[in-house]
Amino acid sequence: MSDPTPQAEPKSEGSTPRPAAVADAKHAGNGHAQADEHHGHSEHPFLAHHFDTPQQQFEAGKLGIWLFLLTEVLFFAGLFCAYTVYRAIRPEVFVYAHYFLDTRLGAVNTCVLLLSSLTAAWAVRNAQLRQHKHLMVNIVITIACACTFMVVKYFEYSHKVHDGLLWGPNFAPKEQVWELKTFKDKHPEAAEYAEKLAHAAKHAEKAPAGAAAAPAAHGAAAAPDAHGATDEPSEPLPKPTLEQVEPLVAAGLVGEKAESPIGVSRPRNAHVFFSIYFFMTGLHGLHVLIGIGIWIWLLFKAKRGVFGPNYFGPIDYAALYWHLVDLIWIYLFPLLYLIH
Amino acid sequence: MADHSHGATAGDGHAGGHGDHGFAHTTPLSLLIGILAVLLVLTVLTVSVTSFDLGAQGNLVVAMVIATVKAGLVVTYFMHLRWDRLFHLILFLTSVLFLILFLSMSITDRSEYDRDIESFRASQAQAK
Repeated sequence: MSDPTPQAEPKSEGSTPRPAAVADAKHAGNGHAQADEHHGHSEHPFLAHHFDTPQQQFEAGKLGIWLFLLTEVLFFAGLFCAYTVYRAIRPEVFVYAHYFLDTRLGAVNTCVLLLSSLTAAWAVRNAQLRQHKHLMVNIVITIACACTFMVVKYFEYSHKVHDGLLWGPNFAPKEQVWELKTFKDKHPEAAEYAEKLAHAAKHAEKAPAGAAAAPAAHGAAAAPDAHGATDEPSEPLPKPTLEQVEPLVAAGLVGEKAESPIGVSRPRNAHVFFSIYFFMTGLHGLHVLIGIGIWIWLLFKAKRGVFGPNYFGPIDYAALYWHLVDLIWIYLFPLLYLIH
Repeated sequence: MADHSHGATAGDGHAGGHGDHGFAHTTPLSLLIGILAVLLVLTVLTVSVTSFDLGAQGNLVVAMVIATVKAGLVVTYFMHLRWDRLFHLILFLTSVLFLILFLSMSITDRSEYDRDIESFRASQAQAK
């Protein structure tokens, strides 16, 4: 409603943002007789000329922010859709990848965001009650929480970059999943068994290569040797128990979903998880960064003491945006970090 | 001031002037802090529940139920929808409805291309 069609009034529309400046141009011909009474707004300096009352202004803004939040939900919906479909068709990739994520850091970030949501809601209350000092304190705490969130994210990201846990063709994990503490803690037997399997596979790889290097010299004698080498390491491996092998199958390390049919490897297309991970958390992190910018701007505005019972809209809208960012994280945390 | 608005005005949305503080509806501080406490407890719960095996999809369902309860609390109290216009609630629920439609239609479609993928894989294998 604050955006009338530009074609209709080509002359006056150029300068709409500043009510005082535009008042003269407006008042000339387009039926804004009321503008004269209202454009001064001596009792409400914050009231834009095209609103009759502070409440009307507030309601208009509130409708606007809710419409924006609606588009935000749909914006993220695409990514949640990618997640859902990929998890439905390749669950083992998610089981595999979740061992690489630090649940503690994710939980800390969840708590930090929840706390900042409280201070944001509290800031709205402060603005409504004209508690300038408390308002500024709450905004500062909100910004501090947001920065904490981003610092934790920075450590998580740099850790992943370091370990080669990246999207698409950049995916080159430095560590095997069964060597991770998260895996060992959860499935100690399976980790041990995977270790043995990997060892045996390495052994088997070396032996035929060695045998193939000198086939002419040894001729027939080499063949039984090679056979012996491939069979030999698998011999000391006892038949695995369910506890040993089930976590490996669930994570797609062995079996038909694995990258290689022999030995232990990782599930095919495991990098897609990290594409989804970086895209979802990255877009969310971008929202946090934008939120920090908005709160800093509002902190300066609050310093001037402009907020009160008739003018708390900006704080309210920023808080709503901030809660939505929190809301998205409430879903991202269990979906990415708490895969069972 | 902290308590007069809670409950009493729960039904009437934004009736307008509340006297001493204009048209604003202030959420009681005790309520806000209580909601945060519940949210933190639910966070601890959702983390600790992962150590139990609740079947193939059981853990996912539990995690999503807890997340939805948390989201509901945030939307209702932090985002103030309990005292806001009904229209804003409808707007928000519309976006959620379309999110659910989007996800559920995509999920029913997820295996549609399996045959194409299989034949592609087979031709790749043959080419080798």
